Amino acid sequence: MVGRNTLGNRLTDGAILVALVAAAFICFIPILYTLSMSFSDKAAAEAGRVFLWPVNFTWASYQKVLEDEHFYRAFLISVQRVVLGGSISFVLTIAAAFALSREKREFGFRNAYMWIFVFTMLFHGGLIPWYLTIKNLGMLDTVWALVLPTAVPVYNIILLMNFFRSLPKELMEAAGLDGAGPWYIMARIFVPLSLPAIATVTLFSIVGHWNSFFDGLVLMNSQNNYPLQTYIQTLVVKINAETMATMSTDQLVDLMKISNRTFNAAKIIVSMIPIVILYPFIQRFFIHGITLGSVKE
Amino acid sequence: MKVRKNALHYHVMILPSLAALILFSIVPIFGAVIAFEEFQPVRGIFGSPWVGLDHFKYMMLLPDSKQIFFNTVFLAVLKIIANLIVPLAFALLMNELRMKFVKKWVQTIVYLPHFLSWVLLATIFFDIFSLDGIINRFFGLFGAEPILFFASNAWFPAIIVTTDVWKEFGFAAIIYLAAFAGINPALYEAAGIDGASRFRQLLHVTLPGVRTTVILLATLALGNVMNANFDQIFNMYNPLVYQSADIIDTYVYRTGLLSLQYSLATAVGLLKSVISFLLIIVSYALASRYANYRIF
Repeated sequence: MVGRNTLGNRLTDGAILVALVAAAFICFIPILYTLSMSFSDKAAAEAGRVFLWPVNFTWASYQKVLEDEHFYRAFLISVQRVVLGGSISFVLTIAAAFALSREKREFGFRNAYMWIFVFTMLFHGGLIPWYLTIKNLGMLDTVWALVLPTAVPVYNIILLMNFFRSLPKELMEAAGLDGAGPWYIMARIFVPLSLPAIATVTLFSIVGHWNSFFDGLVLMNSQNNYPLQTYIQTLVVKINAETMATMSTDQLVDLMKISNRTFNAAKIIVSMIPIVILYPFIQRFFIHGITLGSVKE
Repeated sequence: MKVRKNALHYHVMILPSLAALILFSIVPIFGAVIAFEEFQPVRGIFGSPWVGLDHFKYMMLLPDSKQIFFNTVFLAVLKIIANLIVPLAFALLMNELRMKFVKKWVQTIVYLPHFLSWVLLATIFFDIFSLDGIINRFFGLFGAEPILFFASNAWFPAIIVTTDVWKEFGFAAIIYLAAFAGINPALYEAAGIDGASRFRQLLHVTLPGVRTTVILLATLALGNVMNANFDQIFNMYNPLVYQSADIIDTYVYRTGLLSLQYSLATAVGLLKSVISFLLIIVSYALASRYANYRIF
């Protein structure tokens, strides 16, 4: 190695360190700002005096969140959709991935199914037909509307299928000779061997369910049925075309000034908590997830 | 005939997923036929009058169409380029960092925004970019006049692209870091023995080592040229910046579900779907040909 410890090399190291720490800092500032806002005194926040540290520390905003019935209800609906949607996707993903991971000679329709699955991922009928279909099924305003349309995460199925395919082929043959049926082989051999991959796709689907807001907005007519993200979405003042036509620019600018800063910040932080709790697990597994796709036979 | 018997079980394993896909993905594709009708909810898909290509013709005549199409492609392409370059630069720096401890902390922090929803982030950015938000206060220190960023067509596209890169660059860097890890260490040794400086090693070993990854990502990104990220824009935009930030997806939402012009909105959405589909096919064909990529 040429001059590992020369002055130039050390300066480069220092510059790299500074750049990376700065990058991390920039990523964290918005979250830190929200955190300090949520713990700040309302008056100080409205006056724009809060930066990266709380001003006149108080739990008041969090108390208000706990007493907010709407927030509470929306939070529970989100938990419900995560549990329900997560478990349905979990079962469907494993079963479909296992069947699709079979060779063509074992399962003649494998490729035909594969093309159907991939096609649904690449071509969409569009928002309106999707909405009308769910409406015609009578699912509007039910939790099923939040769970069933996204029950089959095709991308996750492909990831898991590729992982199953990377396992030794002899497993299947040996178990088959011992008289084990496909369901037994799936549940007792393939699933235990693929736990990191299964954890990855399950976390993807949980995070997806927690973060999704649009289905709630479109498929729930009553605000009482909104999941958490949809509820948060309605907090920020939305200027629509009608108000815009009737107001002057100055009035619109006034409308865009922030009110309820500390309260909203506390709501945002509480909405982040489940993700933050899951984050260590996510971190442990998602690197696999990204590289899972490249595991090919 | 053990093998045959198993096939039946495999069908059963797939059946529930297939049923859900047919119901929520395939049926809506056929439902898109209302793009060629004057759809009236009372009469349904089969009872509404057929109008052929009228909605498509009308769409072409709308003054906003060009702007919306331009905004979509413009924002999507800017994002694609920025999201290829920034993560690569970040990954290169990470690769050169020798302090394991710092590396872990930096990773933990920069991956986090990827997992937070645009609803939450948009609400945060709305505050940060507001008149008395931290950005305006910061530039105020240097005597700059406060700017209403979210009402400015000049600033808004830049904010959209920057915040998108902010959210995704850490996560997107993972794939480059994995590629770096796959480079044979003997190449660095050989380069070192030949007297190559650190910068030259980066230029002649590290970068060539991720060339195929970059080409693959760039090719696959082609399929996203019509995707400017609905979730982000829908949560951040407002009528004051429609001119620069209204994209096909947001237009379809407003036209279809707010103004209830179902057929027109479906026509616009269908056109987007078809173009996107063709782009994806082309990008996969290129990727499988030049980067040996297969989706399954």
